[in-house]
Amino acid sequence: MIIKPKKGWQLIDFKELSEYRDLFYFLVARDIKVRYKQTVLGGLWAIIQPFFSMIVFTLFFGRLAKMPSDGIPYPVFNFSAMVAWTYFANAVTNSGNSLITNTNLISKVYFPRLIAPLTPVLAGLLDFSIAFIVLIIMMFYFHISPNIMILYLPLLVILMMLTASGVGMLLAALNAKYRDIRYTIPFLVQLWLFASPIVYPASMLPEKYRLAYALNPMVGIIEGFRSALLGTIAFPKQILLISTLMSVILFISGMFYFKQTERYFADII
Amino acid sequence: MSKSIIKINNLSKCYRIGAKETGYKTFREAIIDGISAPFRNLKRLQRLTKFNNNRNDVRSNDIIWALKDISFNVDEGEVLGIIGKNGAGKSTLLKILSHITEPTGGIIEINGRVSSLLEVGTGFHPELTGRENIFLNGAILGMRKKEIEQKFDEIVNFAEIEKFLDTPVKRYSSGMYVRLAFAVAAHLEPEILLIDEVLAVGDIAFQKKCLGKMEDVAKGGRTVLFVSHNMGAIRSLCNNAIWLNDGQILKKGTTDEVVGNYEESQIRRFEDSSYVVERNPEDVKNKSFYFSRVEMLNERGEHTNIFRYNKKLILIVDFAGYLVGDHFSPEFRIYNELGQLVTTGASGAFHGKYFNNKVTRVRIEIGPLIVTSGKYRISLSVIVGSLRTDTWENAIGLHIIECQPFLRAYEMPTIIEGVCVLKHSFSAVE
Repeated sequence: MIIKPKKGWQLIDFKELSEYRDLFYFLVARDIKVRYKQTVLGGLWAIIQPFFSMIVFTLFFGRLAKMPSDGIPYPVFNFSAMVAWTYFANAVTNSGNSLITNTNLISKVYFPRLIAPLTPVLAGLLDFSIAFIVLIIMMFYFHISPNIMILYLPLLVILMMLTASGVGMLLAALNAKYRDIRYTIPFLVQLWLFASPIVYPASMLPEKYRLAYALNPMVGIIEGFRSALLGTIAFPKQILLISTLMSVILFISGMFYFKQTERYFADII
Repeated sequence: MSKSIIKINNLSKCYRIGAKETGYKTFREAIIDGISAPFRNLKRLQRLTKFNNNRNDVRSNDIIWALKDISFNVDEGEVLGIIGKNGAGKSTLLKILSHITEPTGGIIEINGRVSSLLEVGTGFHPELTGRENIFLNGAILGMRKKEIEQKFDEIVNFAEIEKFLDTPVKRYSSGMYVRLAFAVAAHLEPEILLIDEVLAVGDIAFQKKCLGKMEDVAKGGRTVLFVSHNMGAIRSLCNNAIWLNDGQILKKGTTDEVVGNYEESQIRRFEDSSYVVERNPEDVKNKSFYFSRVEMLNERGEHTNIFRYNKKLILIVDFAGYLVGDHFSPEFRIYNELGQLVTTGASGAFHGKYFNNKVTRVRIEIGPLIVTSGKYRISLSVIVGSLRTDTWENAIGLHIIECQPFLRAYEMPTIIEGVCVLKHSFSAVE
């Protein structure tokens, strides 16, 4: 092995990543095990967060503001988006802060740094699954059945992970140097919530803006979820295509920025 | 002939330390400064990771070179000690070798799997159980899951925590925590092991066990780079040593040679002219009879303020002023670094020995000094009749070094191991 100052573009060393897969596994396991330790409600928190947001949104937007919901009951309309959104928001927050929370690891041992921001993205999937089960129960309650497009579900989940890790890596790398990011993340997540079709349907937007709207990858993902599970609209292929492209771009640029900057993490963190 | 397993060539590393902030003079300046702060901060943070390769860049006064053009080779199976004072670049060197941080210049060639132990218990999570932490920490140190499973029982045995295996480590005593952490680390089996000062943990018995384990590792033919301030440990573990100073190699050679030189320099560093102290005239303005000077010598009559454990110390004190009574009695008190009174002595009260007004110089012999290693200070006072006419606080200081009464490799410092070391022995009763 040669150690010397690195110059130019850094590529991802997949061989090394695979050598460290056990560490990756244990870190994900740690995140999952530790998350609800010493809490009374434990894993229920995975449900409470999206569920109560849904109740609040239903009251304010569904009942008071009479927000349209593509012809299905507002609670399930909103919750189907909240499941994906809660995952995304938590994954981005934890991933963006991952270098800061693992400072002692970064400065005392070597491991491929990419593991740090990717860990919360994987660990969050458990909460996502729990909340998803609640969504299924709600669908039973409201007598809604999914359609054939549910086959796209794995793709949607992957897109959701790609987007979260892309944004997460970018924020984590910036956060190592500029701690402003730490205070920006909650703010960003909040704004992003309203920039995504969560409390309102994408169909509310004028037709001509809809493709531009899809540049936010969460638009395609959430609308895709709704279409496949609730049959709100025809499967939004065009929007999803743009969103897919965007999330891949986000992922690649996040990863590249992270790789370019990781060499000095240990020195400045 | 053994081949080099690590080749280091012209290795350099620089860090940018924050430049000094300038103070404000006026309210207006403070306001303007507050407004422009974000721009300045941005510039400062951006600069943090930008270095000009030009070493003589005069403007870069906030750059420090932690390592400067270091070159050396480490042979396979060599156990190399790295010594030097704090900030000499020892830890930086290990960090670069273990890939944590990148060098600024130079090249290193390593032929083998490296594991580094810069800290015991890195990545331990307080909420996880002992069992879970063994796996997590093992993986963090670079072990595969299978490897950890194989060594699991051995690790648990070494740490002596069988009963608490399924307890969260936050409920562990600090001793148990450290034992578990070291146990995981001790079962690493890399080709090259980098260790930074990890033996400075735990109680003496456990430290000895760790040293034993380290010795096994060192003798097992593995290549080890070992950073420590404990010269005893370096002596007993390493064949060769490197002495780093201000980012450069001051000496490389056999352990005895390098450590010997280093210790001498340490002694010289402590030793300044402070073994003769003249009294500050301001202190004695209103005093009738007082100390005017003190000097410190060893048993051989040489001026010094460095003493080894169990040696004697001699004080020569001079008196000045006018003695009101017929006789006087000097006293001394010795305090350790923690400010605890270690011992006290008095010629009159303890020995019934008084000096008359013809005497102006007294010799005080103290010892053997069976105290632990560290810094001590002596305060002096003098009693005339029943009156304390002068107290000279912190008159003179001394260092006790090499307090290693029992175990060759273990030095007993004041801060951890108490005030003094008394002679003792153990024997089985039939």
